[in-house]
Order: sequence, then structure tokens, then C-alpha cells
Amino acid sequence: MIIKNVRILGGDLADIRIENGVIAEIGQIAAESADEQSIDGQGAIALPGLVDLHTHLREPGREDAETVLTGTQSAARGGYTAVHAMANTMPVADTAGVVEQVWRLGQEGGYCDVQPVGAVTVGLEGKQLAELGAMADSAARVRVFSDDGKCVDDAVLMRRALEYVKAFDGVVAQHAQEPRLTSGAQMNEGVVSGRLGLTGWPAVAEEAIIARDCLLAAHVGSRLHVCHVSTAGSVEILRWAKSKGWNITAEVTPHHLLLTDELVEDSPNGPYNPIYKVNPPLRTRADVEALREALADGTIDIVATDHAPHPVEDKETEWAAAAMGMIGLETALSVVQEAMVDTGLLDWAGVAERMSLAPARIGRLSAHGNPLEVGAPANLVLYNPGVRTEVDPRGFSSKSRNTPYEGMTLPGRVVATFLRGKPTVLEGKLV
Amino acid sequence: MNKHLISAADLSKDDALLILDTAEELARVSERSIKKLPTLRGRTVVNLFFEDSTRTRISFEAAAKRLSADVINFSAKGSSVSKGESLKDTALTLEAMGADAVVMRHGASGAPYRLATWIKGSIVNAGDGTHEHPTQALLDAFSMRRRLGNLEGRKVTIVGDVLHSRVARSNVLLLATLGADVTLVAPPTLLPVSVDTWPCSVSYDLDSVLPKSDVVMMLRVQKERMNAAYFPSEREYSRRYGLDRDRFARMPDDAIVMHPGPMNRGMEIAAEVADSSRSTIVEQVANGVTIRMAVLYLLLGGEI
Repeated sequence: MIIKNVRILGGDLADIRIENGVIAEIGQIAAESADEQSIDGQGAIALPGLVDLHTHLREPGREDAETVLTGTQSAARGGYTAVHAMANTMPVADTAGVVEQVWRLGQEGGYCDVQPVGAVTVGLEGKQLAELGAMADSAARVRVFSDDGKCVDDAVLMRRALEYVKAFDGVVAQHAQEPRLTSGAQMNEGVVSGRLGLTGWPAVAEEAIIARDCLLAAHVGSRLHVCHVSTAGSVEILRWAKSKGWNITAEVTPHHLLLTDELVEDSPNGPYNPIYKVNPPLRTRADVEALREALADGTIDIVATDHAPHPVEDKETEWAAAAMGMIGLETALSVVQEAMVDTGLLDWAGVAERMSLAPARIGRLSAHGNPLEVGAPANLVLYNPGVRTEVDPRGFSSKSRNTPYEGMTLPGRVVATFLRGKPTVLEGKLV
Repeated sequence: MNKHLISAADLSKDDALLILDTAEELARVSERSIKKLPTLRGRTVVNLFFEDSTRTRISFEAAAKRLSADVINFSAKGSSVSKGESLKDTALTLEAMGADAVVMRHGASGAPYRLATWIKGSIVNAGDGTHEHPTQALLDAFSMRRRLGNLEGRKVTIVGDVLHSRVARSNVLLLATLGADVTLVAPPTLLPVSVDTWPCSVSYDLDSVLPKSDVVMMLRVQKERMNAAYFPSEREYSRRYGLDRDRFARMPDDAIVMHPGPMNRGMEIAAEVADSSRSTIVEQVANGVTIRMAVLYLLLGGEI
């Protein structure tokens, strides 16, 4: 198969030949025979298939919100070829059995590789380590461990987890949230929360845990990954920790790169609309600017979606009763273009690094996140950055509709996604 | 006037003065032996109370009935809500019954805004979580104006748990609109971290503010706050921020004392102060009915 007329990382026009799921040739390519399939990329940008380090697929347990199949279809539509499925399912992914089930469901669907994340503690309860080794040794080959949704706040437990996973080159991905400082927290603590009378989620509750974990990781010589960094203060701490040469990586979500807490008070969807309720919460404009800068200069390594599907009834409520989270797989690349590329902060090679290469490295996925070169697995996405369209969640492949971007005009469109040479999306539609 | 009254910020100065002036006229009606007006005959006002608040509910009920509206009381306890019905379904039920106005008390900040997305009638916020309680602020302003006249430049001191107080939020906004100078006094733990962006001054020292106050409004302090380390003990709170007889004596002679109720006598306010002739606490209750009549009348566009 030949993909004609694409611009790899936004460069010059080229063709890509794919054979047996691998990139066989790059250049000006003529079809060898009349039956060789050819797809015209029409000048779209070709990027290595995106890798998400932070996805909630909800299966098992909340199949009303998302399943592995619909979640991976959503991922494919967003240009992803691999996603890391977070462990906070029901039952929790804290045993080899659950992670293998999730992994197999991904394989069966065939839209996107699913790499399960294992829970750090049994039942996400923060009391006892889960059988991390069993999950690492399972067919799912778990390398990323996280209690995401909850913070591993016990310092001793966190230290032990960081140490223990070194035996199989694992990484602990921390949801940094000091629980006592965020008891009942509803939104970013600041000017808006004060006016709205909503219990604040102070930046310090994230920053204190990040600082502690960086010090712990340095002390025991382990690898630490920080989930969904949301504040300017966290960026400063990470910059300092990285300057020490410590083995720390961090992610930012698309929504924290674009949206602010002012939307809780004033948006086209009315005040207190839980579509903007997310954890960690939307922060201030100054935080957004600091996060963009940090992603550009490498202080923050990657973009991860924290795709968090919820059924309609869990968002059509009063603010305090609503579930936290937003879906993001199908809008991630557009939001990153809006926040980072169109602002001149990042080029397409930088996007590929932060949305494919680096997340695959952190997750230790050798078959994903490779540069588009001859011999690499043919995992790639074709993206047309030249269009602007209004986000209409009715067209999403995710089972849920809780997107904060509905009605917003965003740039770009995923034209096609290829997983090991097989198209999962063509002309923007699932294959 | 907006269609709804959810935040005191919804009111322009003209709106606020119109409500206060309308309440003055209605107060004269309340002095008649037959208190009832035919203004809202055939209109339906629903009192939708998700939190127990007999005082506020009765006040709204009396107001609506004096304007001849049909009043439906819907309290969450023992209703479909206690069986897990969502706010949206409750709203759709009220909508189907044809509520012209819904007076809502809810424990979640912002709940009236959500209700407004599902029903067509006017919504009056009767207290939402720790957000606002605009009719309380209006009745407070009405009570102040009756005692002191024009509020422009008047010094109003609000003392207590500002962080968790919907009364404080609404009062700060409304009094700023009306041109009064508001000072909040509280231990730093009971002030929002962003209070410096509010249209008022802030002090931690009650004694330095009292001699310059025309109005001192004491807020209820819940004893449970102590458990969350907002202050060390009831006694210490009372010593530093309570309005006792000695402090009362240091207030200007014509200054008044207010409290939205219910009071903790002996905690934030001494019994002698609460019962003094300069306390408006009982008037506030009577004025509550009047101001709520004015609000319902203006929102539902009745005629006197």
C-alpha cells in the first residue's frame, strides 16, 4: 500500500509505502502494480501514531460510560494507535487477571493497542501494595502503575512503590493531590471559587505532593511520572527537579493547556455547568501560560488526555453532585494545535515527540512512538491542520459526550489513522 | 430586572432601589388589617426546599400568599428527592405543573443556575450552599435603610464566618452596589483566600473597626467549624470576634446591630446585645416578608 502526498512532521511532500505492517519505503514512489492500493494524503501532515499515557476506558464496570471498544474507536478517531488504560475500573485493575482482560479486549477490537496501567495499591485504597510484579509479568506486560483518581499520599507506601517497580523497569504515575487539603474540593481555589462559594482545590495540594515525590524518587533512584500537571508552581518544582538530573517525567492534559476556571462562572453553557468539572480542576490563565511554556521547553514531557467518559446523568446535575472529568481523545490533537502550534510554541516534530515518542518511551512501548522511518512499524496518523470546524460531540465515537469543547471552533482534523499498516480511520471515519 | 434573582450581582443600583422602594409601599399594606393584595392571583409559586429552613420558607410563603399567589411547598424530605430523584427530574416535574416562579433553597452552590436551564419560570434563590442568599441581603439593606436612611457612604461591618456564608457574599455585592463601605471582620481562616478581590475592606481586628461602624452585622458561626481547625475553641472565637456588652458599648451611639439568624447567643452575640433596642433582629424577620413580596411582585410583573 502506498500513502501518497503526505508531509512527514510537516516537511516536504513524500509518499510512504507500507508492507507487512512496516514502513518499507519513503520518497517519490510509483505503484509497482495496478492492484497496489493507494491512498492520497492530499498534503496532510503525517505523524507517528499518537500514544496516550492516560486514558479511562471504564471497562470493566462502567460500560454505560465507555467500553474498551468504543474508547479505542474514539482513540483511533483522534489519531492514537496506543492508549494506556487507567486502573480505576470496577473491579480495579490491581491483579494480573484484570489487566490481561483489558489488554485482550483491546487486541480483539483492533482499533488501537491497549496497554493497561496497574493499580499501585489494592483497590486504590492506599493501604497495601497491589501485586505489581504479577501484573508486570502478565501477558499485559504492565510497566506503568498508578492509583490515578486517588493520590498515593502515604509517603512510605509511595517510597516503597517507587523502589519496588525498579525490578521490572516500571514507573509510578502519581495523581498528585494532598487529600486533606482537598477535602470536598470542587474547583480551583482562587478568585472564582471565592465568588461562587465552591470549596477550593488549592494549587499547593498538587505542588506539595510533587515536591515530596521528586525528593523521594531522587532518594531511592527511581523513575517518577507526574500525571496531569495543572499549576505554574508545579512547573517550577519540576524544572528544579529536572535540573538535578532526576529521572522524572510529567504530563499535561489538553484541557489544562486551553481552558481556565473562569468558565465555571461564565460560559456559553451557563454558570456552574459541570461540563467544566474535572480533577485536577481548570486553573487560571497564568497557569495555562506556564503549562504551555513548560511543554514547549520540555519541563513537561508529554500531552496525555485523561479522557474521562461519564454518562449524561452524571453531568446533568448541580455542580457538587456531578462527576469529575472530560473526554478528550477525539479533540486532543486539535487542542494541542490551537494551544501550542498555532501560537508558535511547538512545531510538528515537537508535537510528535510529546504525543507519541515520549509517551511510548515512558510507557516502555517499543512498538509505538517510533520516528516515521523505513523499518518502523506503520503506526501513523494523517492530519489536516488547515481546516477549522465547530466541535459537535454527536459525531464522536466515544460513548460519552462530556466534552468542554462543544460549540467551540477548533483547528485541524484527523484524516486517517494506521495501526501496523491497517487503516483504522479513513477520511475521518472509522474503518 | 433580570428574569431571575439568583445573585445580588444580578441587580443594578436602579433594580435594587426599585425593590427597596416597592417594599416600602408594600410595608404600608402590611400595616392594614387586611394584608392581602390580589396582585398574583392565579399565579403559582413553588417553594422548593432541599434544606430544612422553616424561617425562610415561611417568609416566602407568607409573601406569596399576601400577593394571592397559589403556593406549593415542595420539601425534599420524604419526597421523591429522598428516593434519589435528580434535580433535573424535579425541575421537569415542576415545569409540567406550570410554576410561574420557583423559590429554591439548596445545599449545593449554584443549584439555582442549573434549575434555570430546565424550567421556564422565574427563579428566586433562597440560599444556595455557600454561594448567595440575595433576598436576605435585600431585607438587610431594607432594614438598614429604615433605620439609617440612605446607605451611600454608610459603614457596614460584617463579622464572622465569611468563607461559608451566603449571606455575606450577597451582602457584600448588594451593599457595594448601593454605595455602602463594607468591612469584613473574621479570623483569617474564615475568609476566602481571594477576599482581597472583593469590593470591600478586610480586617482581623474587630475592636479597631467597631468605633467606625454604622452597622455591625454578626454572622452565625457553626460550632462544627472548630473540628476542622478553623478556630481553636468556642470561647476563643467569642473572645476575639463575639459582640459582647463591652464591644457593644464602644460602638457609636446610633449604630445598629444585625443578625440574619438563627443566632448562637453567647457565641457570636451576647443576649443583651441581641435584645437591645439597637438590634434590628426581629425587624429583619418582618422585613423579610415585605422584601420577598416586592421581589415576587417585580419578577412576576404583577400590578399593585
